[in-house]
Amino acid sequence: MNCIIIDDEVTARAIVSHLCSQVDSLDVIEEFPNAISAMKFLNRNDIDLIFLDLHMPDYSGFDFIETLKNPPRIILTTSDKNFAIEAFGYDCIVDYLLKPITFPRFLKSVQKAQNEKVVSNPEAPISSKPNTNESFSPMEKEMYVNIDRRLVKIEFEDIYLIEAKGDYILIKTEKKNYTVHSTLKKIEEKLPDVLFLKVHRSYIININKIIDIEDNSVLIAKNVIPISRSNRPELMRRLNLL
Amino acid sequence: MEEPNLDYINELGFGDKVFINRLIAVIKEELPQEIELYNKNFNSSAFVKAAESVHKLKHKLGIMGMVDGYNTAIAYEEELKMGGSSLKSEFDILLEHCNRFINEL
Repeated sequence: MNCIIIDDEVTARAIVSHLCSQVDSLDVIEEFPNAISAMKFLNRNDIDLIFLDLHMPDYSGFDFIETLKNPPRIILTTSDKNFAIEAFGYDCIVDYLLKPITFPRFLKSVQKAQNEKVVSNPEAPISSKPNTNESFSPMEKEMYVNIDRRLVKIEFEDIYLIEAKGDYILIKTEKKNYTVHSTLKKIEEKLPDVLFLKVHRSYIININKIIDIEDNSVLIAKNVIPISRSNRPELMRRLNLL
Repeated sequence: MEEPNLDYINELGFGDKVFINRLIAVIKEELPQEIELYNKNFNSSAFVKAAESVHKLKHKLGIMGMVDGYNTAIAYEEELKMGGSSLKSEFDILLEHCNRFINEL
């Protein structure tokens, strides 16, 4: 596959280029420090795959994609996991690589690109018992929440339940509970999809912490959480049912 | 304090010394430029631009194996976007630490 690399960071281009050199099927045709020079190149050349940084001056990666009439397959490379959900909206994006990129993860992305798959579709079947070590990088195993002007670290795997409480959310973990001024929608965007699921308009659960499910409720720790009718099929799909 | 290391770079290099040395040289050149831009943005109270600088620097911290440092950068980047800077001194120490490490190679 002919590919190009777009990234304003020299170090990042050097790394992606080196990773490409380890894969026989990849041929790096050109590297660009910004989206505008890449756009000119793409007007004259056919490319199979673009490694695209999201954060660049002038044009962001998404702005760049919007300018392409027939975009080739694109693998996003970024240090920011917050745009994964937005990436789902683009058919041309085959994967989303978090920097610093490791070779096994890179190879997986290239294989996806070769198979012309799109970014993991939320509607597509996924493993009922996700391997969390492979599903999100070590750099995204936790998040920080602002509590009384302090940024407090919370490990995703410790969270078993998040409950909406008006203008606040209550994050329940195995160690302690945190009340944070935020909304379920905002925190949902920060959480890894492989672990968490919104089962009701007021509740997000960690699916690995489920004890049992009965009719329209789920037991997590000592909390009985309602499951809304619309969210039940997705929950059932995520379970490893015998 | 967490120590910078070359584990990621060595793993990435698959024993290719030429690549490893070239990458280190690139970082040696790019890191001070990014630090300078970050300082310039911060000192002129351009916090959003300073957050963008931290975003770039975050990658360098990750490359040098600074897992905790990377997380501090994430938190600092978000803080800067909101106009805060309580993590500045902690982040600046990390930068100094990493810059010294890479330049001693």
